[in-house]
Amino acid sequence: MVQINKDACKGCGICIAMCPVKILVFSDELNSRGVHFPKITQEEKCTKCENCMIYCPDFAVVVKKDEK
Amino acid sequence: MKNKKNIERKTDFIQGNIACAEGAIAAGCNFFAGYPITPASEIAHYMSRKMFEVEGTFIQTEDELAAIANIVGASWGGNKSMTATSGPGISLMLENIGLAVVTETPCVIVNVQRGGPSTGSPSVAFQGDMLQPKFGSHGEYQIIALAPSSPQEMFDFTVEAFNKAEKYRIPVFILADSLIGHMRERVDFPLDDEIILEERKKLKNYQGIHQKIFLDENVAPMPIFGEGLKANITGSTHKEDGFRNVSDPKIMDTAIKRLSNKILKHKEDIIAVEEKYLEDAEVAIFSYGLVYRAVLETVNIARNQGLKVGSFRPITIWPFPQEQVEELSKKVKTIIVCENNLGQMFPFVKAVANGQANVIFLPPETLGTLYHPEDILKVIKEVI
Amino acid sequence: MNKTIEHPLKKYFRGEINYTTCPGCGNGIISQSILRAIDELGINFDDTAFVSGIGCSGWIPSPSFNTDVLHVTHGRSIAFATGLKLAAPQMKVIVSAGDGDTGSIGGNHLIHAARRNIDITVICVNNQIFGMTGGQVAPTTPYNSKTTTTPYGSIERPFDLSNLSIAAGATFVARWTTYQARPLKNSIKKAVLHKGFSFIEVISQCPVQYGKVIGMRNDAVRMLMNYKEKSVNIRKAKNMSEDELKGKFIVGELVEKKNIPELTDEIKRLRQEAKKR
Repeated sequence: MVQINKDACKGCGICIAMCPVKILVFSDELNSRGVHFPKITQEEKCTKCENCMIYCPDFAVVVKKDEK
Repeated sequence: MKNKKNIERKTDFIQGNIACAEGAIAAGCNFFAGYPITPASEIAHYMSRKMFEVEGTFIQTEDELAAIANIVGASWGGNKSMTATSGPGISLMLENIGLAVVTETPCVIVNVQRGGPSTGSPSVAFQGDMLQPKFGSHGEYQIIALAPSSPQEMFDFTVEAFNKAEKYRIPVFILADSLIGHMRERVDFPLDDEIILEERKKLKNYQGIHQKIFLDENVAPMPIFGEGLKANITGSTHKEDGFRNVSDPKIMDTAIKRLSNKILKHKEDIIAVEEKYLEDAEVAIFSYGLVYRAVLETVNIARNQGLKVGSFRPITIWPFPQEQVEELSKKVKTIIVCENNLGQMFPFVKAVANGQANVIFLPPETLGTLYHPEDILKVIKEVI
Repeated sequence: MNKTIEHPLKKYFRGEINYTTCPGCGNGIISQSILRAIDELGINFDDTAFVSGIGCSGWIPSPSFNTDVLHVTHGRSIAFATGLKLAAPQMKVIVSAGDGDTGSIGGNHLIHAARRNIDITVICVNNQIFGMTGGQVAPTTPYNSKTTTTPYGSIERPFDLSNLSIAAGATFVARWTTYQARPLKNSIKKAVLHKGFSFIEVISQCPVQYGKVIGMRNDAVRMLMNYKEKSVNIRKAKNMSEDELKGKFIVGELVEKKNIPELTDEIKRLRQEAKKR
């Protein structure tokens, strides 16, 4: 699963750009910092490549591989 | 001098610079970093051999900026560290001397002073850098500086410098000059068990993210690196736990005052002065370092002539022995300040005396040379 | 499932993970690469020490990393790290420095640490600009760049910090951009294990101060994609002309030399020799 800690997000959009299956989009909502954070769509397509996690400069994304 | 227990004290006829190096080794110094410079290089020469014999480290750094950085880094690694240089080298080190003060890092810095400003006169003895330890680095801070006047004191004061550095987690200066550094004189070495060494107060266990490792006026325990103590060290203004706060003036106020009080509160322990013939003196001569030798001779001559003259000699230059000078100014009518410069400590003496005694400044006839006792005597006779 | 999963690298932080860097800053990607390298190597974090200087790069380990961290003056981190490593040779000493730290004010320390082959790892965050102080030209800024101190365009040629380190004798040198976060992590692993001086240059985006210089203001994504486009692996670059490589980032592991005398080992040897005399 992909977990987004929305309040840690600064809205740079790197995770969205780095997602190979393009399932992350900017949410319409604003977080406590006043930025549009990413949200996940069609999580079933997620390849768990962890790009969104390892490229996030703010440690705001966690990808859990072994979720049952 | 080691391994010579049960035998009479070892005595040697050595240069001040070598005595300084021997003092460092006797104090347990095991890290020396330095860059070649006249008139301090002999210390590095000696240490380049000796450090390895005591399982220590010697490194000739790329410059003095690296030398001070190396000794501070080594101190956090648990070593007793020292560098030795002259004025130009100190000028280069100043920024990181401030870092050593604010990170409360024990280390010893030897300045074998030479003529300045700039390249100046490398082998001329001069007391031109007296204010540099205290005011050279930017900001507001206290520091400790000792002024030896002989090879014997180069040994003794270097041991003392390490002890004070460890006790108060602070850089300690030795303010010598090229004549003391190069002068050869008899040095009596104490026996090993006569040397009392101050142990560094170390943090023993990790005490959590907000452990108090700084800003204790009674000296906080030092978290040595590599022991799982998760030391958080910064040159930025910080709180007791090392976390920086650079926006709140109150935090800065606390940090500066606590760092200063760490020294000022312990002035009695730190400050040493040497007083001679002051009981009935009408005139006192204030001098330190090399100049003290000529002054002592002058005072002896004056006493033989029945003149009521005494000597006041600060061993500790910084912190300035304010109370002692104040007492002196109450006791005598005139204080003659003799310094081999154009009056660096003079304003401090004058300010503290505050009109209670007449304070006169008397430089040597030619800067960089020894005083002629008769020149000082002449002034004594004018004021007595 | 509502339970919050802790970030796998959270255990390396002194408290909450809270970098105060600008949006899209490359620092966080590099921080993750360092920590994942440590994690994958299985090194006890207590056995590592980080030394950093002034500039944005200084904030990668300080005060965040939950181990011994020494945050010093601008440009001197390598010199402090040298003293620390000599006093505590059992530690893995890692320097986080910027291109100003290593290429400008502290250039001398970089080349001498490389020459000495002291076993420390320098991770140089090269954002090609002075970010923290307001976007002034750096010794790594490309020729003819308009910065806050070069309004007419910079007239000096930039340093290639990796090549500088190699020329000075560094025994492990790698360069990556933040786009290559995985190979970067792998090189950091190698560098940390490497016996000798290792230098890792990371071309890293500063969307605020350097982004505006190259027309990508506040656009970290475009900067990353630009790295992707302009990166040429050293293996490929070897067969390319100087003209073809103009404006490109040559990435990869550039140098790996083994069995070169290392400073702390040499010092141990001297101690043995001194005993014999």
